[in-house]
Amino acid sequence: MDYLRNFFVNLARSWTAWIGGFLPDWGVNLVNYLVVGIILVLMPVIATLTLTWMERKVIGRIQNRIGPNRVGPWGIFQAFADAVKMLIKEDIVPSGADKPVFNLAPILIAGAAALLWAVVPFGRGMIGQNLNIGALYVVAVGSITTIAVIMAGWSSNNKFALLGAFRVVAQLLSYEIPMVLSIATVVLVTGTMRMGDIVERQVAPFIVVLPVAFITYLLAAAAETGRAPFDLLEADSEIVAGYFVEYSGLKFGWFYIAEYGNLFAIAAITTTLFLGGWRGPFVSVAPALGPFYFVIKSVAVIFVLMWIRGTWPRFRIDQMLAFAWKVLVPASLANLLWSAIVLQIGRQPEQLGPTIVQMILLLVGNVAILAVTGLLLGRAARRYAAQHGWAGA
Amino acid sequence: MLSQYAFIGIFAVIAFALPVIGLVLSWLIRPKKSNPAKTTTYECGMETIGDTWVQFKAQYYLYALIFVVFDVEAIFVFPWAVAYNKLGLYALVEMALFIAILLGGLLYAWRKKALEWH
Repeated sequence: MDYLRNFFVNLARSWTAWIGGFLPDWGVNLVNYLVVGIILVLMPVIATLTLTWMERKVIGRIQNRIGPNRVGPWGIFQAFADAVKMLIKEDIVPSGADKPVFNLAPILIAGAAALLWAVVPFGRGMIGQNLNIGALYVVAVGSITTIAVIMAGWSSNNKFALLGAFRVVAQLLSYEIPMVLSIATVVLVTGTMRMGDIVERQVAPFIVVLPVAFITYLLAAAAETGRAPFDLLEADSEIVAGYFVEYSGLKFGWFYIAEYGNLFAIAAITTTLFLGGWRGPFVSVAPALGPFYFVIKSVAVIFVLMWIRGTWPRFRIDQMLAFAWKVLVPASLANLLWSAIVLQIGRQPEQLGPTIVQMILLLVGNVAILAVTGLLLGRAARRYAAQHGWAGA
Repeated sequence: MLSQYAFIGIFAVIAFALPVIGLVLSWLIRPKKSNPAKTTTYECGMETIGDTWVQFKAQYYLYALIFVVFDVEAIFVFPWAVAYNKLGLYALVEMALFIAILLGGLLYAWRKKALEWH
C-alpha cells in the first residue's frame, strides 16, 4: 500500500536500484535518461492518436453529427487507421521545391513539439528535468516551430504555402509577446522559472489569482498552435492548408503530430502555470494521484480549446494582429506592473510564493484590468459599428 | 546542473531522431511512382502563373520590428522576475521606467498606424 501511494516514483527507484546492480553510475544515468527521453518523445504521437479522435467526436457533437464510429468501438481506432495510411502513402516532392529545406521542415517541427515535454511536471519529482530556466525553455523551444513553418512554406514553391508562411510569421511573432509576458507574470509571482517549483508554490491555482494572465496565455497559446479561431495560417477555405499544402504521406503526418503534440503541450503548460499542475485532493497522502489530476486538468483545457474552435468563426488577419498588439500586450503589461507593485507589500526576501493578502490584491487588480479592457473593447466595437453601418455589436 | 543539460542534449537527439526514423521506415514501405504531372505545383487544377517567390507586404516587416523590441524586453523581464524578491523597491522603479519607455514606443507605432493593415 505504501508502495502504491507514490507508485511512479517508487517504481523509478526500484528500477534504478535494479540496473545499479550491474551498471556503473554514469551508465545508470545514461540508461535512465534514454528511457525517460523515449517516453517523453512519444508524447506527441500519443497525443495525436488520442486527441484527433477526441477532437472529431467533440466537434462532431457540437455540429450535431456523430463523428467517427466505424473503426473499432466508438471509432477509437480511426486515428490508428490514419497513421497506417500516412505511413504507406507515396511521398510527393513538388518540382521546383528546395529539397533539403523541404525535407528538413517536418523533422524540425516534430522534434520541437517533443522537446517541450522535457520540462513538464507530471507529478512531484516526475519531470524530465526541473531546469532552472524551465519557463524560458518553453518559450525558446516553442519558437523553433516558427522557423520550421517558414522553412516549409518557403521551400514548397507554392503560393498558398508562401502566403501561409507570411501569415505565420506575423501571427506567431505578435502572439509570442503576450504569451511571454503572461508567463513572466507567473514567474514574478512565484519567484522561480523551475516548472516543478512553480507548481509547488501555487497555494491557490493562479487562474483565480491572475485571471488576466490566464486568459492572455490561453488566447496566445491558441494562436501559437494555430487553432481556430486563430487558424489563419492553415485556413482551409482561403489558402487550402497554408504552409503544408504540398506535403504528403508521413511528412504531412509529422506536421499533424506536431500540431496535436503542441496542443497537448500547451494544455499541459497551462495546467502547470495556472491550474495548479498535479495538485488536488489527497495528493499529499498519495502522490501517485498527481499525474491523474494533471492529465484530467490538461484534457479539460483541451476540451475548452476544441469548444472554442467549434463555435467561433475565423478572424481576419488585421483584426487578429490588432487584437494582439492593442488589447493583449497592454493588458498583460499592466498586469505585470500591478503584480510587481503588489509584491512590494509585505515583501520578504526569502518568500516562496505569494501571501494571502498579496493574492487578494492581485485578484482585485486583475478584475479591474479585465473590466477596463472589456469597457474599452466594447467602445471600440460600437465605434467600428457606427463607422461601418452595422446594426449589431 | 551540467547533468541536467546532458539530459536535454540526449533528449534533443532522440526528439529529432524519431521523425527521421519514421521517415526512413515510410521510405522503405511506400510506393515510389513519380511522374511530372504528380509533381506539378498544387493550385486547384490550374497552372501556376509566374514566380512563386513574389514580393510581399511591407506590413509584415513592421510587425517584425515591433516584435524585436518587445522580445528583447522579455529577455530582461525574466531574470528581473526571478530575482525580484531580493531586489526591493529599486527594481520596481527601474522596470516601471523600462516598460514606460517601451509603451511609449508602442503608442508611437499605434498613432503612426503601423498596427493597421494598409
